[in-house]
Amino acid sequence: MRSRANSVLLPVSLVVGSTVLLLLLAGTNPWDPLKLIVQGSLGWPPFEGGSASKVGDTFMVWVPIALASAGLIVTFNAGMWNIGIEGQIIMGAIAAAWVAREVTVARPLLVALTLLAGAIGGMLWGLLVGVLRTAGGVNEIFGGLGLDFVAISLTTYLIIGPWQRPGVASTSGTEVFPEAALLPSFGGSRLSLLAVSIALIALLGVWVLFRGTLYGLKLKAVGRNRRSSFLIGIATNRYLLGSFMICGALAGLAGTSQATGFQYKLIPAISGNYGFLAILVVLLARFRPFLVIPISFFFAMIAVGSSSLSLRLDVNPTLGGVLQGVLVLSAMFGLGWSAYRAQRSEASVSGESVT
Amino acid sequence: MSLELRDIHKHFGPVRANDGITITVETGTLHGLLGENGAGKSTLMKVLSGFHSADSGEIVLDGKTIKLASPDDAIAAGIGMLHQDPLVFLPFSVIDNFVLGSPGEGRLDRRAAAADLEELCTRYGFKLDPATPARLLTVGERQQLEIVRLLWLGARVLILDEPTTGISADQRLKLFATLKALAEEGMSVIFVSHKLEEVAELCERVTVMTRGKVVGEAEMPVPAEQLVEMMFGQAIEPQERTEAELGSSQLKLDSIQMSTGLLSDEPLSLDVRAGEVIGVAGMEGSGQDTFLRICAGMVTPKLGKVAVAGEDLTGRHYHGFLDADVKYLPAGRLEEGLIEGLTITEHFVLTGSNRRFFIDWEEARRVAEDQVEHFTIKGTEASTAESLSGGNQQRLLLAMLPANLKVLLMEHPTRGLDIESADWVWEQLLARRQDGTSIVFASADLDELLRYSDRILVFFSGRVIGELEAASTNVDEIGLLIGGRTANATGGQS
Repeated sequence: MRSRANSVLLPVSLVVGSTVLLLLLAGTNPWDPLKLIVQGSLGWPPFEGGSASKVGDTFMVWVPIALASAGLIVTFNAGMWNIGIEGQIIMGAIAAAWVAREVTVARPLLVALTLLAGAIGGMLWGLLVGVLRTAGGVNEIFGGLGLDFVAISLTTYLIIGPWQRPGVASTSGTEVFPEAALLPSFGGSRLSLLAVSIALIALLGVWVLFRGTLYGLKLKAVGRNRRSSFLIGIATNRYLLGSFMICGALAGLAGTSQATGFQYKLIPAISGNYGFLAILVVLLARFRPFLVIPISFFFAMIAVGSSSLSLRLDVNPTLGGVLQGVLVLSAMFGLGWSAYRAQRSEASVSGESVT
Repeated sequence: MSLELRDIHKHFGPVRANDGITITVETGTLHGLLGENGAGKSTLMKVLSGFHSADSGEIVLDGKTIKLASPDDAIAAGIGMLHQDPLVFLPFSVIDNFVLGSPGEGRLDRRAAAADLEELCTRYGFKLDPATPARLLTVGERQQLEIVRLLWLGARVLILDEPTTGISADQRLKLFATLKALAEEGMSVIFVSHKLEEVAELCERVTVMTRGKVVGEAEMPVPAEQLVEMMFGQAIEPQERTEAELGSSQLKLDSIQMSTGLLSDEPLSLDVRAGEVIGVAGMEGSGQDTFLRICAGMVTPKLGKVAVAGEDLTGRHYHGFLDADVKYLPAGRLEEGLIEGLTITEHFVLTGSNRRFFIDWEEARRVAEDQVEHFTIKGTEASTAESLSGGNQQRLLLAMLPANLKVLLMEHPTRGLDIESADWVWEQLLARRQDGTSIVFASADLDELLRYSDRILVFFSGRVIGELEAASTNVDEIGLLIGGRTANATGGQS
């Protein structure tokens, strides 16, 4: 248990430590920006008057990160580096946007249809990565990256082309979707309890999948040793494709939440890079669905809270980007280092093959 | 250089791999370390070569206690380890492999190194051309490369872990001569093996390990029975050949031809009856593996038919064969059979007959516990596959086999196993044959082929060069055929 706590605590404290150091180097005292981040994401004092919209925003940033993380746990367990998750989020958003723009039915049905369309859009884009991998032998990292670019370009094309605002040729986004297509929100903020519930259910579902189902165990087996799994009689390609479809569907829901629950329109950077962020979240959470909840919330707070940093403090606006880079690298380093230490001290695997 | 291991403890979770080991290796001796699989020999040697750090205990070299945090430290202290599969980088040339482990990052003087290599090769009678790509070397030559490399790095204690696996008889003689020469020069050699004959032939002193403990030490020579008794607590009688009633045709190959050149154009036909055991002999890479893969449906032949129990399966994939009760068990236990990181329980869930979506872990654990006990696997239901020793991995693989197999295809069923485990494996296999399973196995162990097969197919350069009745042939005849000499050239059976 101690080493498990260490494996989370060490990277997190390293992240915090290097962040503080960075802020000191940037010439501000480290307390102010951190306070601003909390203030910007939860209000100050937290959760008190007037902070409802900030808390709502933070939750609505948390939703896509959590959903993408849930999906990535599936592909990671199947041994796949699904870098294409960004594209899957974007295609989900595009599919949801299409339904939101083109279909006119009563609100509950329309919301359900956008969610369904988003899930399908992401799922098919994920399936494409999987097919490239299983049938064409294209490594999923390269296939996914390529499809990310295609999805990004498609968004831009739609925004300045067929879906442009009347009379305006701008990349700032499409027209706002009709009200009936938007995720129902809560108390004057953007907070959608529906979206939050979907994210929680997704994480719970993934936990159940790997905890107690034969399908999950087979996915894990395929991820750990494809050859042995095949010889045991598992249809490995089918499981790989399945993992991409599940991940793609969850990413598509993340995109839907971004489109109809946060931006209320399709914008070029609709994914918000939350797919890439989710990769980090999942690695930090050690593939544990319930650890994803607090970790992704922490990242959502930074994302929302730091947006006003450069306005409120006299720091260079690029600091936010540097901050994120330092966060990612120090977390990766911390994880690698604690894993290395665990290996040195415990050598938990006796048959560890060195030959 | 004298070496002392004092009270070494190394635990992996609940498993005491080394439980207070004390061994002294005198300067210039050939010291055998004998024990069955899972006895803790490899763990001890990994501690000694810096791969694992011991939980407690001391390593004393020439009277000085040393700390080994990595293999680097070990070689710097003069301890070199020759692994079972030599650590050779196949795409690199001999000379690049030779210099790869040398300390320093600066200028690489290949010419000086090549001169050193040549001198060492001459001294021990090796023939290693510096420019040859390492992938063209035989396993024996790779070992030779490793030995001279370790000597060049200044090793004065040499550890060899099961070095005779996969090398020819000639190369083994050469290896032993080299080791004797090294010992005469003052090198301390630790020879890890489970093969009694080899230890008897080579070593001056032997330490026997069982279950993580030293159970005996002896100055050689001692009678083999005494060593067996130390290892197993009792002497084991060799088994007699067993005969079984053969049923109807079960696996039928009809004029099989391969297009890849692995099997020659000469069509191959074979009819295996229910309960029959077919041994497949030949030098590594003579076509046996392709043959087994055709039988398993992993390779589709260019021409010809494969039928199981009268059903034509030609062109079906491996999983179609699996559905027809054909099972293939390749040699790589952890690579092509078990799944690293999954527990024994999870393995049984994956291969079990319960196909329900939700797993009943209570029941799964019960099943696994029963199987662990029934197949005497040393481990618990929560042990991961890679934490088991080779013999126990093989037990797990056999335990995972579906019931009622029609055809069982195996590569090297007992490779690397001690006598007790090997006998146990065959007990299981012979029980299956009594139930009507046809067994086709490839092996490099001629005694195993002779003892357990009904018929033996000998492969030579991609084709079957001889088909022998096991009851009426002998080691010499098979050996000659493996080398490509046909029966009429040797004057038939003895």
